[in-house]
Amino acid sequence: MTTQSAVVSSLEPVKGTAVIHAGDYINKLSGEQIEHECKRKLDEGCKELILNFADTEIVNSIGISILLGVIDTASNKGAKVVFSEMNEDTVELFEMLGLTKHVTLA
Amino acid sequence: MAEHDHKLIHAFGALAELGQEITNKNNFQETIRTSLHLISGALGIMRGAVARFSRFGHELNMLAIRGLGDDFPLSLSLTLEDERQFLSCGLTPIDIPQAKVLPFFQVYDASFERRSLELFVPLVVRDEIVGAIFLGEKATGEAYTNYEKEIVCAMGQHIGVAIAQRNLMAEIERHAEENRQLFDEMRSTYHDTVKAFAAAIDCKDKYTEGHSVRVGKFSEIIAMELGWGAEEVEGAAVAGYLHDVGKLTVERKIINAPYRINAKESKELNGHPGVGFEILQPIHHPYTDVPLAAKYHHERLDGRGYPDGLYDREIPYIAKIVTLADSFDAMTTDRPYKARRPAKEVVEDLQRNAGKQFAPELVTAFLGGMLKELQGEDRTKRFRRLLGRDYMEAEGIVETLKYTLNEMAPTTPMTYVAAAGQVIL
Repeated sequence: MTTQSAVVSSLEPVKGTAVIHAGDYINKLSGEQIEHECKRKLDEGCKELILNFADTEIVNSIGISILLGVIDTASNKGAKVVFSEMNEDTVELFEMLGLTKHVTLA
Repeated sequence: MAEHDHKLIHAFGALAELGQEITNKNNFQETIRTSLHLISGALGIMRGAVARFSRFGHELNMLAIRGLGDDFPLSLSLTLEDERQFLSCGLTPIDIPQAKVLPFFQVYDASFERRSLELFVPLVVRDEIVGAIFLGEKATGEAYTNYEKEIVCAMGQHIGVAIAQRNLMAEIERHAEENRQLFDEMRSTYHDTVKAFAAAIDCKDKYTEGHSVRVGKFSEIIAMELGWGAEEVEGAAVAGYLHDVGKLTVERKIINAPYRINAKESKELNGHPGVGFEILQPIHHPYTDVPLAAKYHHERLDGRGYPDGLYDREIPYIAKIVTLADSFDAMTTDRPYKARRPAKEVVEDLQRNAGKQFAPELVTAFLGGMLKELQGEDRTKRFRRLLGRDYMEAEGIVETLKYTLNEMAPTTPMTYVAAAGQVIL
């Protein structure tokens, strides 16, 4: 499986919102790329992070931990996190581990 | 699939990854950071930390920390009571809100409560505390189940072993460093002793003052010119310094005799290589050939030397080096019965005796080193310092060296093809 890197969308539908596209496999490397982009956007004053999982097929434990860190950091900065376009397996995994309790699903 | 099974598979995946992470040769700090991610990701834990126990400071020092904020203490002290309790519990998760009887949980209560820490896992390996894991609330908001605590224990065991291994490595490195320092000190003492012996030998003979030191330095030059490594060069120097140690037992008047000594005196003097060997043999030298150099430095390739009349290949190589250095120094210094000989004459003598008294390849290496210095290719001034500038720069010496070296080792290589009987140039 090839791993796509996380890409930050250049289009911002609403001011203060950032869309981050996750790759097909969220592991340590790609997870840290997502984390880095999220922190950068939050530091720029972003109030809503939309994480798009349309391409995501697998999220490993390190990926989960990193996403929990993103949720925690965003929450400390008063920003909202939205998870969008997850497939069924990803939704099931995130629900099982409680991530969905802290984000808005789209 | 039931959610419980799904959770189990996910946790096993994390456990397998953790095992792989621990056995990989990654940076220790990074391994611990990844391990914390794996525990958090396996069970969906919002925040946590992994600490290493310092038995000297009796404290837990943070190695990896996630989401606990900048104000969380990076070093947490333990009392002896805490340590005793953690050791007796072994690797068992402790529910922080219910553990306030121990001083540790009383002292840090506010910090733990502020960050909603729920579990504390002492990492005990081979009856020693090596660290601890702190875990916050789960993202689901539910309490930790027994099976989740077991997973935490299994993962904690891996992390504990990684920390114990790291501690062991640090201890080995510390011992290795101590040994290295001790070795350096011993080596320095050995060299000082060697030099003291050389000075003691040279004190017996006012005419050959500094002879042993010079033979040591000439032997060093020959070894360097042969391209030997630093250790071997050092060994050659030591062999040179100590080659005449047997003379310590020869009467001073025989060594200093300004006349040709008689047969009895000659027997005593000629016994010095054997005595030198007896003196040096019981010493554990870092360079094994040192006693052999003392014993055989008066042997000749043609078998006419002493004490054993050995032939060419029977003579240890180090002894051949010291023989050349010894003879060269004898020829280039004033003796009671003989003035030093001009450099040109000495070079010719070495060439004449190459193959009889001296190993030819050693003569060419030695003279080659001398020529390099005179032609400015070697700026260390090794020969000038030992022989004096005027002596070394005598008229015609460069030409003599070039001629001699070309005769001994022609610069145009020739390959003899035996079968065809041809010489290819």
